[in-house]
Amino acid sequence: MSNIPADLKYAKSHEWARVQGGEATIGITDHAQHELTDVVFVELPQVGKTVKAGEACAVVESVKTASDIYSPLGGEITAVNKALGDNPALVNSDPYGQGWFYKLKLSNPSEAASLLSPEQYGAQIGG
Amino acid sequence: MTHQRLGARLIEFGGWEMPVQYTSIVDEHLTVRKAAGLFDISHMGEFLVSGPGAESFLNGALTNDIRKLSPGLGQYTLCCNESGGVIDDLYAYRLSAEDYLLIVNASRIGIDFEWIEKQLGRSPHKGRVQLRNASDEMGAVAVQGPRVAEFINDCFPGDSTAGTKVSKASELQKNQIGQFNFQGKPVWVSRTGYTGEDGFEVVAPAESIIAVWDTIQQRGKLSGLKPAGLGARDTLRTEVCYPLYGHELDEETTPIEAGVGFFVALDKGEFTGREKLAQQKAEGVEKKLVAFRMADKCAPPRPHYPLWSAANESARIGEVVSGTQSPSLGVGIGMGYVPPEFGKVQTVLNVEIRGQRATAVVVPKPIYRKAG
Repeated sequence: MSNIPADLKYAKSHEWARVQGGEATIGITDHAQHELTDVVFVELPQVGKTVKAGEACAVVESVKTASDIYSPLGGEITAVNKALGDNPALVNSDPYGQGWFYKLKLSNPSEAASLLSPEQYGAQIGG
Repeated sequence: MTHQRLGARLIEFGGWEMPVQYTSIVDEHLTVRKAAGLFDISHMGEFLVSGPGAESFLNGALTNDIRKLSPGLGQYTLCCNESGGVIDDLYAYRLSAEDYLLIVNASRIGIDFEWIEKQLGRSPHKGRVQLRNASDEMGAVAVQGPRVAEFINDCFPGDSTAGTKVSKASELQKNQIGQFNFQGKPVWVSRTGYTGEDGFEVVAPAESIIAVWDTIQQRGKLSGLKPAGLGARDTLRTEVCYPLYGHELDEETTPIEAGVGFFVALDKGEFTGREKLAQQKAEGVEKKLVAFRMADKCAPPRPHYPLWSAANESARIGEVVSGTQSPSLGVGIGMGYVPPEFGKVQTVLNVEIRGQRATAVVVPKPIYRKAG
């Protein structure tokens, strides 16, 4: 069974967002890491870049394929998880913790309302 | 670029729904390198060629010298068009004096069969050769890894009944094939594979293949055997630089360019494609398959990524045909076609990965070599 923390918001494309005030932390879900299996490389966006909700802004590479990661929310990238450079497998071992991708200063915090609730995401993945 | 939405683990391959992975590619890959893995390769095609003219006909249609096969022996070979381009690469087994089994790639079954039929129609041997596509009647599995010999005799007990005569399957030597009685059905077991490890491939009637799979899985468990998917099959063969049709090989590429000239017997007499291949062997080639590994930590190279000269930034020299993260080595590896002057070992190349250039170094084949 996939782990779907109750305090997060989700995108249909399998990213999660932890929204705290005008900021959000973004990563990929436990279901996504499980489907990808062995993550061997993560390409993260530049700090300072502005991304729109739904825009492809990172790439996660498993042995088999490269998969685009779509930002669930729009805003300016304020930090990226440098630890993934040395240890991309953190995405597999701790997708909601040490395996986070980047932080955003939200351009429009109300966008978060359009994301999926944990229950809705769970229903989508059949879990 | 092989961008793919997160999701399915089953893929369509040559018209078959095939498992890419069971646990994870890395886990399955390393299991094959250190213990044993079981692959379903039922998608592959089987042609039966028999009759008094079979040897002479096949010798004119395939690149390797089939006369070197005594009954019970197989060889890697290729089938080329008149311009030397590869129709397919395959394994040819001589089952008995006048019976041959060809194992061809799933994606090429229809094209190959049509091609061979056409060749036979024009052959002086046509009245003395029967050709049959048995792909739908047969299934196949590969069991690969250093511990396979521990349990193969438990899976197929007893003497072989045809092909190479042995008193147990583990006595088969590399490229030998023997027929064994499996639950009352004849199955062919050969000491071959596509992983760079010791192992066997088993061709059985389609109705027996599930029982073959279950038996091997059960008997191999204590030796650490796990089922493995097409994903691991691809990373394993890439590490040892075995070509895969559609990547290293196609109708515009010759065996000489692909570095498999060893399996082209120019001295055996006439065969389809010979003229062009002899010319390339004498005069050299314009493109050459090289193996490389990435110099630094970076995203893995993938098929179709452009290759650039490191010395001259504006010279695009070729394209990656196979590329992945090597589970055994922990770095990105790949193969690609470049002009021969870029093919020397230790030549530095650049691989373009999503617009950025990453440094790669040409290495000897195979990229991965077993220690010891």
